[in-house]
Amino acid sequence: MTSQTSTVPQGDLRTEVMTLNMGPQHPSTHGVLQVVLKLDGEVVIDLEPEIGYLHRGKEKHAEHMTYQQWFAMTDRLDYLSPLQNEICYAMAVEQLCGIEVPEKAQATRVVLAECMRLTAHLIYYACVALEIGAVTPYFLAFREREDLFDLLDELTGLRTNQEFVRFGGVKAEIPADLARRLKEWADRFPSCVDEYELLITGNRIWYDRARNIGVLNTAQALALGLTGPNLRATGCAHDLRKAEPYCGYEKYDFEIPVGTVGDVYDRYLVRMEEMRQSARIISQALAAMPAGEHIARDYRHVLPPKDRVYRSMEELIYQFKIVTDMRPPRGEVYQAIEAGKGELGMYVISDGGPRPYRVHVRAPSFANMIALKPICVGRLISDVVPIVGSIDFVMGECDR
Amino acid sequence: MSAAREAAVQRLHDLAVAAGGAPLPAANDGLTALSVPREGLLGLLASLRDDPQLGFRLFLDVTAVDWSGSEPRFEVVYHVYSLDLRMRVRVKTRCSERDLHVPSIVTVYPGAEYFEREVFDMFGIAFDGHPDLRRILMPEEYEHHPLRKDFPREGIEPEKVYRLRGGPMMPRPPGAEAIPGAGSTTP
Repeated sequence: MTSQTSTVPQGDLRTEVMTLNMGPQHPSTHGVLQVVLKLDGEVVIDLEPEIGYLHRGKEKHAEHMTYQQWFAMTDRLDYLSPLQNEICYAMAVEQLCGIEVPEKAQATRVVLAECMRLTAHLIYYACVALEIGAVTPYFLAFREREDLFDLLDELTGLRTNQEFVRFGGVKAEIPADLARRLKEWADRFPSCVDEYELLITGNRIWYDRARNIGVLNTAQALALGLTGPNLRATGCAHDLRKAEPYCGYEKYDFEIPVGTVGDVYDRYLVRMEEMRQSARIISQALAAMPAGEHIARDYRHVLPPKDRVYRSMEELIYQFKIVTDMRPPRGEVYQAIEAGKGELGMYVISDGGPRPYRVHVRAPSFANMIALKPICVGRLISDVVPIVGSIDFVMGECDR
Repeated sequence: MSAAREAAVQRLHDLAVAAGGAPLPAANDGLTALSVPREGLLGLLASLRDDPQLGFRLFLDVTAVDWSGSEPRFEVVYHVYSLDLRMRVRVKTRCSERDLHVPSIVTVYPGAEYFEREVFDMFGIAFDGHPDLRRILMPEEYEHHPLRKDFPREGIEPEKVYRLRGGPMMPRPPGAEAIPGAGSTTP
């Protein structure tokens, strides 16, 4: 090789596959996801998500807790939209027990669920932009998110992990003054989305990084079990709020945005439009809040009003019985709602005892994780980060 | 219930009987539920997906239940969804503790891959024909199955805790303390 440095002999050129660990501390992995990449040059030839770093055994805990106690656990599944998890779990147990939820409670739940969708999508927008190097959107998204959290804080007493939903309804009605300010916020919010879109939707760099990257068609997405915005980005208008309306969603006027190609850009556009629609739903629900009770009257399964608990023997006993020894009848329920990330399902089995026999959470983040491998393989390593961001998962829910 | 749905439910019942199973009584959520022996599982799910009248193309969920004390002990539960009918169906199959395996449905629904790994991890049920059956949430070297009813809530600390780079897991040396706080028994 001394005299032939200018021309490399054919036989000596050799490449090898490199293994690269992305995460668990990579900023784009939204928590503790490790992705093991196999690279041929810059091309991804294999990919394996290593999950389970955040596994806390929530389903095991459910079998050792009373029905009431497990509420606190649901908040910590998808910690970006805790109230949606609570609503899903409450609806599952309500079905087991046969509790009728009053209209006002349902409308309040709709407001809360859509607020959660907004906070979760705002995080998505902030992060997906940050990951490709756009820093400003992050601050704009958090500006509105903090405003919304301030309002929710006023209602529930907590910024996140609110624990506001109860079996049979919600903890309290939305006070008139707060409802007015929340509606003002929701009426103003679509103009904020316009501002967000102005920043990156037409941006040449974002467009080139996102268009035709990570493409999935509808048939693939269905077989992989993708739901929510990721499925709708492929052009399939499946949304549980329309397909099987719960909590009175059929009363509100809103639209289901769908994509055309099913790439990173479509997933982004779908979520941006969903934010506008959510704000519409919040406005409508607050404007037409039904009169009546915010929680059902069912002495066997629904907590009595707190002021009565302090003053009356009967209510004190019922409160004690419900918290420590509520026994739904024997049976099983699969309850699904349209959470921000897809179909959130709770499969609750009761054997008639005071603790659930089995609780299984069909977590959309876990189901969506399977799409990572088929859409990343064959792409460049620089595409992996926007793709991971566009799938949008929360590891707390994925690992449970 | 619309006529199309009623016809679909009847068709589901027929398919379950043809696969050697039976329709189950409606549960609290009113879902159509079918029970099927594991030999007929793949055929039933494939016809649920491909039947033009049904079209259960959206895969949702696989999980298992440990009916400890009854025989067969384990029950694997599948949920799939039909976009045309806007309808969910639940399919159940049982397997006994002595013969702990069911066919993998990854060939019919590729999305089941991680869900089946989770069931394997948590219950120890093997899925025949699964492309990559490994633990998914617990560490690979862990020897127990946490969601079984005989697994204690406070957990079991793994015996093997050391691994030299590239080598096998090493047992904890005698006299070495357990990891502080791990496996503590709070009631």
